[in-house]
Amino acid sequence: MTFGQISAPVAAFVFVYVAAVVVLLIQGFWTTDSFTGKVVHTWNLDNYRAIADAPYPRIIFRTIGMAAAVTVTCMVLAFPYAYFMVRVAGPRLRVVLLVATVLPLWVSYLVRVYSWRLILNPDGALNWALNLVGLPDLNIAYTNWAMWIVFTYIWFPFMVLPVYAALERIPQSYLEASADLGGRGPTTLRRVILPLAVPGLAAGSIFTFSLTLGDYIAPSLVGGPGSSLIGTVVFENLGLANNAPFAAAFATVPLAIMAFYLLLMKRLGAFESL
Amino acid sequence: METRATRIGLWAWGALVFAFLWIPLAIMAVYAFNSSNIQSWPIPGFTTKWFSQAWHDEEVRTALWLSLRAGLLATAVALVLGSLAAFGLARTRFFGRDSVSFLFVLPIALPGIITGLALNSFFVIWGVSFSLWTIVIGHATFCVVVVYNNVLARLRRTSGSFFEASADLGANGFQTFRLVTLPTVGTALVAGALLAFALSWDEIVVTYFTAGAENTLPLLLFGFIRQGQNLPIVNVIALVVIVVSAIPVWVAQRLTSESRGPRG
Repeated sequence: MTFGQISAPVAAFVFVYVAAVVVLLIQGFWTTDSFTGKVVHTWNLDNYRAIADAPYPRIIFRTIGMAAAVTVTCMVLAFPYAYFMVRVAGPRLRVVLLVATVLPLWVSYLVRVYSWRLILNPDGALNWALNLVGLPDLNIAYTNWAMWIVFTYIWFPFMVLPVYAALERIPQSYLEASADLGGRGPTTLRRVILPLAVPGLAAGSIFTFSLTLGDYIAPSLVGGPGSSLIGTVVFENLGLANNAPFAAAFATVPLAIMAFYLLLMKRLGAFESL
Repeated sequence: METRATRIGLWAWGALVFAFLWIPLAIMAVYAFNSSNIQSWPIPGFTTKWFSQAWHDEEVRTALWLSLRAGLLATAVALVLGSLAAFGLARTRFFGRDSVSFLFVLPIALPGIITGLALNSFFVIWGVSFSLWTIVIGHATFCVVVVYNNVLARLRRTSGSFFEASADLGANGFQTFRLVTLPTVGTALVAGALLAFALSWDEIVVTYFTAGAENTLPLLLFGFIRQGQNLPIVNVIALVVIVVSAIPVWVAQRLTSESRGPRG
């Protein structure tokens, strides 16, 4: 009975999803005929070699840099926010804030990206607000700065939740013990709370890092000419350039980076906090 | 133990982050009523004319219809596969159990672009032409997880003795399912289905790679935004997309938190 129940979904996943991922990995070793645009099934490593050609290394480093910047920004924003929810806000406000933080995750990701396009426009709400307080215009629409803000905005909830969970688990007695031993606020923060929050921060960073590595929507909507990311290359090679084998080969780059990153985070105890 | 200044600072930080999360959505909502077709802030006046214009737009209607069908079908597939998987894994231990549960989480663990590109290559290789059904398959991969998680969580909180008692009292498999299992997991199934629909309804990353010539609503939006076309209609659809995905999530939240009481 049980075996019968589980076999249908397992079969569906193995024969469609896993099979598709295998096809993706194999496809990277094929080529596209430049005349017909059809995929030719001759095995070679050309696509993987082409990853090292300009401009791809630059794009890969830009993507890693962006993912790292977004991750650090999310951490800086999320830690005091989660701390506030756990230790300062009352139980009712805590629930309201948790819902208010999670709900945007379910609101269309595309719409959330688009909302920033409206805000950052030269005659959008950002410049209006800046002028209101007497500051000059800030024209960051369609730049890497815009992408940085948008990525931080859309992935932020993924960072808050594990950090919140990590902070909530710290027993009050630890903080009292620290205070009894003469640890003042900053010392307790640095030597007790932060170390215990590290697994949560690491767990959150897996999401913020991985999601930035694979994204192509934000670069194409709020990025500028110099804002291509790994996702953009995959997206353009499949759609415009019609070079699916190269797109497939290039898609292994974020997979490899993530495998490395996961190993790193595992050492920080991220998996116990997921 | 925090000093007064620290606490004030933390309150301010909390308020700032809250504003950061919600002001963009509020601004988005205001733009849907923009009386001008130039998207500048503040908007010169309010109108609801873009709503009726969007509603009567043939392209928008076709996309809306496709999104609804894809969402409902993907939800149906997710309900069947997700609950089968949860029932199969909830009360059994077998070799490879962890790999099986990992299998179902894979579509949300891998970046969407990998899932999308993988399915795209898969369909092309087998000569499957892109249609409503390829969209449904693409959405089902990540919708199954939602139903699976919800039902599994409910089954873990339910004692297995209920089902054994039913069998001991002479109920056959179907009777137990109808009288014991369904009432137990009912709300979890509904919540899972609502969340699955909310996910499918506004998905774009995977959909882009698995849709054919027809646009779903998010694909239509993406195209309009990239070309800078029909922006008043874009604003209206954006607001509608937000509301239509927020309502199922809210209901699902109510269903799962309510049942944590004595009945669950």
